[in-house]
Amino acid sequence: MLYLTPLLAWAQSPQPAKGGVQFQSADVRAMQADEFGNPGMLWVERGATLWKAPRGAAKASCESCHADGAQSMKGVAVRYPAYDANLGRVVDLEQRINACVTGKQRDAALAYESQELLALTAYVARQSRGMPVAARVDGPASATYERGRTLYFERQGQLNLACTHCHDANWGRTLLAEKVSQGQPVDWPAYRLEWQSLASIARRLRACYFGVRAEQPAFGSDDLLALQLYLAKRAQGLVSSAPGVRR
Amino acid sequence: MMLGRVQVPPTVKRGEPFEVRVLVQHPMETGFRRDLDGQAIPINIVDTLSARLDGREIFSAEFGSGMSANPYVVFYATARASGEIVVEWSDDRGEKGRVATVVTVA
Amino acid sequence: MKRRRFLAAGVALAGLPAAAQRFQPPQDITPLLMKITGGVAAESRGVEVELPQIAENGNSVPLRIKVTSPMTEADHVKAIHVFAERNPRPLVASFHLGPQAGRAEIATRVRLAGTQTVTVLAELSGKRFLMGPAYVLVTAAACLDESLL
Repeated sequence: MLYLTPLLAWAQSPQPAKGGVQFQSADVRAMQADEFGNPGMLWVERGATLWKAPRGAAKASCESCHADGAQSMKGVAVRYPAYDANLGRVVDLEQRINACVTGKQRDAALAYESQELLALTAYVARQSRGMPVAARVDGPASATYERGRTLYFERQGQLNLACTHCHDANWGRTLLAEKVSQGQPVDWPAYRLEWQSLASIARRLRACYFGVRAEQPAFGSDDLLALQLYLAKRAQGLVSSAPGVRR
Repeated sequence: MMLGRVQVPPTVKRGEPFEVRVLVQHPMETGFRRDLDGQAIPINIVDTLSARLDGREIFSAEFGSGMSANPYVVFYATARASGEIVVEWSDDRGEKGRVATVVTVA
Repeated sequence: MKRRRFLAAGVALAGLPAAAQRFQPPQDITPLLMKITGGVAAESRGVEVELPQIAENGNSVPLRIKVTSPMTEADHVKAIHVFAERNPRPLVASFHLGPQAGRAEIATRVRLAGTQTVTVLAELSGKRFLMGPAYVLVTAAACLDESLL
């Protein structure tokens, strides 16, 4: 691992930092920018409706605590993943929402990639549109961040590649008719044409593991969260346009 | 009720064609996809959609599985006076959707 | 950015590796066209089909169709039919208009199961037909190239 030390010292975002939308075709970029036609907005709309719906044994809606989401959720999504003092660990936005769902609302947790969780995540993420990614990695989050950095530079899978090999060393170049992105998680959850659905960044990262023929970490697992946190710090300052559109 | 949205320009000129944009939330399952156990996922598509302006049909369509998921369609219409545009659609399982908007003739 | 493609099928295939064409070959859509035209010949004019030169993902390809027509009661476009010769079900959609549309123009998003020619058939009042093709290079095919992961 010694040969990686110079790389670790330079653990920062590629320059200039570019979100994934800049590596999509003109049609996909137009789809993301289309306020009406962006399919992700259907999940945002659904999320806005769910926000007001009473849920669980407590029959409490998100609105009953958080009032108007368009105000109270400003800047929230771009802080995630984040260390949650109540839960005692780093969580992503999906897990934070579920903390409310199971805690305050007293309902069963929503599964990753379920229509409801996608809708709520999309709605909350939308309220950070135009704001810079700003995840904190100090204090209690630092161990998770370091774990994420280790994973980012670790070779894995049958193709024996680390994230850095594509997303630091070869971003902007063409691989199988697609432009390699910098691997920035900004604009997620995003509508992926490949899946014909809105999806979480966790699903997208799992697909990267599949891409190098590695075992996929489970949704919500420590390793996946650690990688998400590292990537969020690496994406610091990039402005969110969630929900995004990707091929 | 299925989720959908419709959009027309804020105001339109009497008798002049204006864009009507429609987006519907639906997986448009082709019947060709297989789940992770290898089982074919059954076909489920929106197959008809129509639009009316003050009750009079101005557009209709039949969709096959070759329409993208979350079907999107833009068509044109003219209006002689302000009125309500109602878009309705249904899928091959009988599920229905409906959205409406007002078109204002300036 | 105009992306009109009026190329006949086959012209642009030369540059692609054989493996890229391994899925569903193009079908002859003539019988499907005949079902609508009833044997009346469709003129190859007046139908502008806008598709990207390369579709990044066949699951959602933007398509815009413009048919030249005065859109009067006497002379208008009644319907627009979209055919994708390489899709498992070639008839993609049929759109029904009338003179009150004012403009015979449709935009939508379609699935394309591989590189192919998309053919649009316009049905006019008075049992007349027009048609126009467009050729698209599709990297990831819809219907056949799916990944759930």
